[in-house]
Amino acid sequence: MNDLVLMRKNLFRKPVRTVLLVVSIFMAFLIFSVMLSFNHAITNFNALPNRMVTLNKINFTESLPIAYYDRLRQMEGVKAATHMNWFGGYYQDPVKGFLPVFAVDPETYFAVYGEDLPVTPEVRDKFFSERTAMLAAKPVADKWKWRVGQRIPMNSNIFSQANGSHTWEFTLVGVFDTPQGSSQTGSVLIHFDYFNETITFGRDRIGWIPFLTTSATVNDKVAQAIDQRFMNSQDETSTQDEAAFNKSFAAQLGNIALVVTLVVGAAFGAILLIVGTTMALAVRERTREVGVLKTLGFSSGRVLAMVLGESLLLSIFGSGLGMLGAAGLLELVKNAMAGGGPPMSFAPIVLWWGIPIAIALGLVTGLAPALGAYRLKIVDALGRR
Amino acid sequence: MADLIRLTDVEKSYTRGKEKIVIFDRLTMHIEAGDFVAIMGPSGSGKTTLLNLVGGTDRADKGAIEFDSARIDNLSESKLTQWRAANVGFIFQFYNLMPVLTAAQNVELPLLLTKLSGAKRRENVATALKIVGLADRAKHRPREMSGGQQQRVAIARAIVADPKLLLCDEPTGDLDRTTADEILGTLQVLNRDLGKTIIMVTHDAEAAKFAKRVLHLDKGQFDERELAA
Repeated sequence: MNDLVLMRKNLFRKPVRTVLLVVSIFMAFLIFSVMLSFNHAITNFNALPNRMVTLNKINFTESLPIAYYDRLRQMEGVKAATHMNWFGGYYQDPVKGFLPVFAVDPETYFAVYGEDLPVTPEVRDKFFSERTAMLAAKPVADKWKWRVGQRIPMNSNIFSQANGSHTWEFTLVGVFDTPQGSSQTGSVLIHFDYFNETITFGRDRIGWIPFLTTSATVNDKVAQAIDQRFMNSQDETSTQDEAAFNKSFAAQLGNIALVVTLVVGAAFGAILLIVGTTMALAVRERTREVGVLKTLGFSSGRVLAMVLGESLLLSIFGSGLGMLGAAGLLELVKNAMAGGGPPMSFAPIVLWWGIPIAIALGLVTGLAPALGAYRLKIVDALGRR
Repeated sequence: MADLIRLTDVEKSYTRGKEKIVIFDRLTMHIEAGDFVAIMGPSGSGKTTLLNLVGGTDRADKGAIEFDSARIDNLSESKLTQWRAANVGFIFQFYNLMPVLTAAQNVELPLLLTKLSGAKRRENVATALKIVGLADRAKHRPREMSGGQQQRVAIARAIVADPKLLLCDEPTGDLDRTTADEILGTLQVLNRDLGKTIIMVTHDAEAAKFAKRVLHLDKGQFDERELAA
C-alpha cells in the first residue's frame, strides 16, 4: 500500500457520489473539448503563411468582378492567383446532401492549392481538359458511393440554369485524399467556365481570390496595395492572410470563441461549486480519520497533500474521460460528415488547455478541505478533551 | 528501572467560552520503562488530557515533559509528529480503523512513515497480526469483523512500528466482559513479553486489575501515595 492507494480508496468509499462527480466533470470536459476542437477546426484549416485571400469588403457572400482577378495577379508581390465561387451545392437532399462545392479555375487553382490536391498527372490533366469534370475529396465520394467516370447530378440552392433547372451534371474524373487539416477537406471542385456560362445571374463575378505572395514577409505590403487599388470602387476589397480569412469565415457563424468561453466558463463554474462542496463534505465526514492519521504520525503537510491528491485524481479521471469521450464523439461526427465541412477532429490544443484546467480544477476544489485537514488539531478531530 | 516518562510542573487549561478550565496545575509524575499503569478517575479529571500530553497530541501550557530523558514538550510540530510515529502506539475506545482499508492495510499505516520496503512492511504486518491472533483476518475490512477483532487490529496497528510506549484510551469501553478480558490479556502479554510500557485510561475497575499498578486522578492531581509506590 502507499498514499496513492489510500487516496483512491478514500475517493471511492462512496461510489455513487464519486461516479456522479466524475460524470459532472466528464460532461464539462466533453463540452469543452468538443467546442474547442470545433473552434480550432473552423479557424485552422491548413493555412500557408504566404497564401492570402482577397474578398469583398462587405463580407464573403458578396462577389467581386472577375476583372479584379486579372488585375490582382499582375500586381507586385503576387506569385500565383486563382478565383473561386461558392456553388451552394447539395447532392439529392438539401440538408443531408450539403456539400462544399466550389467553381474554380482548374489550372490556377492547382497552382495555389496544389499541395493539398494529391492526384496523378493523368487525373489532373483530365480535370483540366473536360469542362464538366468534377474532382471530389475521397470521404465525399466514399459516402455517396461515387465511382470515377460516373455522371453526378449536382444541385445548387443558389443558382439556376436558363431552363430553370437547379441541377448540373458533372463527371467525376478523380478523387483526392485530404490530410488532417487540409484546406481541401470535403471539397468538391467544378469548372468555373462551365458554371459561369450556364448560370442565369451573377455571371462574370467571382466569390474570392486566393493567391500566393512571393514571400510571407511581403504579405502586409501586398494586402495594402490590393485594397488601395480597389478603394472607392463599387466593390471595395479586404485582403487577409489565409488564417485570418478562416477566422473571419468562422465569425460569420457567430463568435465561436466567445460561445466557447461562456459555455465552458459556466460549465466549469458549476463544476467548481459542485465538486468543491462535495469534497469539503467528504473530508468533513472523515474528520476523525484525519485525526487518527495525524495521531499515527502523518504530518499535516502529508495529510494536505493526500486530500489535494484525491481532488486531483477525481478531476484528472473525470477530465480524462471527458477528453477521451470528445475524441470518440468527434471521430463519429467526422465519419458522419464524410469529409464535408471543417476538418472535425480532436484538436491537440484541447490537451494544451485541458490538462492545466483539470489540474487547476483539482487543486482549487481540494484546497479548502485540504487546508481544513491541514489545520485540524488532533484533540479536536478525535474529540479528546 | 529508569523513567520512561517524566512530567514536571505541568500546567494545562482550556478555555470554554469565557470560562477557563484548569486541568493540571503543576502536575508532576513519572512512569518507569516496562510499567503497565492504569489511570482511573471521574470524568473531567484529566485522564485523556494526560494521554494527549504524554503522547504529544496536545501541548502543555507550562512545565516539562520528558520521554527517555529527552524533552518532547519543546519539539517543533514536525519533530513531535516524527517522535510520535517512532515511539508511541495509540489504542482508542472506538478502534478508529479506516473503514476503506483491510485489516492488513490498517496495520500497515504507521509503516508508510518509515523507509521499510514493501516486502518488509508486509512481513511486519503479518507478525503484528499474528501476535494479536488475527493472521487469518488480514484481508477483512473492519465492518466484517467483531468489535473485539477490530480492537485487536488497532492493537496490531499500535505495535507494528515497535514503539516503546502504548497509550490506551478506554480500550475495552466498547466491548463485553469476555472480549474485554481477552484484549486486556493481550496488553499484558505485550507488556510482559515484549516490554512495552503501557498507560491505560479506564473507568473499569476490572480492567484496571490487569495493570501492574493503578493511579487515581482527581481534579488534575494523582494520589501522592500511589505515585510514590
